[in-house]
Amino acid sequence: MTFQQFSLSNDVRNLASASRLGIFPIILLTILIFLIPAFSFAQADSDPSANSYFRADRINALIAMVLFSVVILIYTRWAKAGKDLFIRKINGLDEVEEAVGRATEMGRPVLFVPGIGEIDEIETIAGVSILGRVARITARYETPLLVPVRYPMVLAAGQEVVQQAYIEEGKADSYDKDIVRYVAGEQFAFTATVNGFMMRERPATNIYMGAFFAESLLLAETGNAAGSIQIAGTAQPAQLPFFIAACDYTLMGEELYAASAYLSREPLLLGGLKGQDWMKVLIIILIFLGIMLVSAGVSDWYLSMFESV
Amino acid sequence: MKTTVPIIAAFLSGFVMLLAFFFNPETSALGKLEPEVLSWVTIVGGFTLLLGVVSIVRVNYSSVKRKSSGWGYKLATLISIFAMAIPAIVPVRWSSLFGTGTGSIYDWLFNYIDSPMMSTMFAMLAFYIASAAFRAFRARSAEATLLLVTATLVMLWRVPMGEAFLSGIHPDIPDLINTYIMNGANMAVQRGIIIGAALGAAAMSLRIMLGIERTYMGK
Repeated sequence: MTFQQFSLSNDVRNLASASRLGIFPIILLTILIFLIPAFSFAQADSDPSANSYFRADRINALIAMVLFSVVILIYTRWAKAGKDLFIRKINGLDEVEEAVGRATEMGRPVLFVPGIGEIDEIETIAGVSILGRVARITARYETPLLVPVRYPMVLAAGQEVVQQAYIEEGKADSYDKDIVRYVAGEQFAFTATVNGFMMRERPATNIYMGAFFAESLLLAETGNAAGSIQIAGTAQPAQLPFFIAACDYTLMGEELYAASAYLSREPLLLGGLKGQDWMKVLIIILIFLGIMLVSAGVSDWYLSMFESV
Repeated sequence: MKTTVPIIAAFLSGFVMLLAFFFNPETSALGKLEPEVLSWVTIVGGFTLLLGVVSIVRVNYSSVKRKSSGWGYKLATLISIFAMAIPAIVPVRWSSLFGTGTGSIYDWLFNYIDSPMMSTMFAMLAFYIASAAFRAFRARSAEATLLLVTATLVMLWRVPMGEAFLSGIHPDIPDLINTYIMNGANMAVQRGIIIGAALGAAAMSLRIMLGIERTYMGK
């Protein structure tokens, strides 16, 4: 569950040292964000339909957001200061380089599908981030790469990322604009095209990272039938069983968002993972507290804190 | 400049959407910003559609020209694109066959070719599920055996004949499967994944807004 090993005493000490590194802007931002509802409470009513500027019914979300942001930023500062962060092994990501190497040896292409979501979905952005890392490896080994996309905005972002990867690997001449290509706007037309490519070109490695829906199993089973090594990652719980059944490695939920940090090993990105872990600890404590209060029959006030509109 | 401008744009867009979430759209201008920004996204998306059309035509045309493997499919793609697009673009005042209204060429192609093909692709999912399930449910280890037993019970519970069979053994079995497998173990694991994914998404959004995460720009 956790990305890092943590020890409470060490972390408290490190938080204290992080605070000396200059978290003044973070504290200022926190105070400012809390001032907004404070002003609006002067005229607000707990009724969301009341004529207040601020949505008082969403104060719980605001508090959670500020707390989460502060924790993440403190750990990012801490990582920037040069502390070593342990990250647990994610097999699917460790296999990416090996899978691309296999494609190179076999002289066959690598297929990367960044999901079928628009660029405004965070899963798609995570997929495009991983694409950059994969493109660096394919550029280094001069392995053919193909990235079919469903939306033109993902096409523009994908082309930029892949081009940058080729430039940074010193292989700008090998970059082809059609590595990332628009395939179809319809979900199943997109699936049919990608499946057709798998059966005709037989890519050695298929990587699926992003938002997937009903087409997940159609893609993964076809790739399996084509004999490709398959690595998938999505945050859609309903699609995870399909990927687990048909792929060699699957990144589940948060692992997809951790992938860019894991592959790049940049301290600033790794710091965010540590912050996430502490939020998970807090949520676990809140769940256990809730279980006890509900069992004791005194939970009304507690449950009302988590109500949303 | 190439990095700074996108970071500023990401920060401003994210911050505006964040603020809009906490403000009442009925009474404050900030609350109204959310649909406003989303309509900008649609407008930008409309412009980029041209990029998609250029990409699909260029890729397929060059394959057809070189007669590379599967060039026949690419020719079919090119013909389909223009067969759908041209009649839809031509002004409807020329003929009721043009435009996208009922009875137009576009409408006919959509209802009688495009839509059945999409349904066919979706229907194929049933066969893919069967083959994936066959592979996943092979009892090669203790975990796979547990999965096999659980899946068999759930599948039996989901179909009326299976439910009748289970009720015949003991009337409480269907309720127990619902309570302990679906609403217990299954729900708990799904919620764990959802909470983890939500935190991961929130953390990534924050990293993007603050310019810490730049990998989506290829940095």
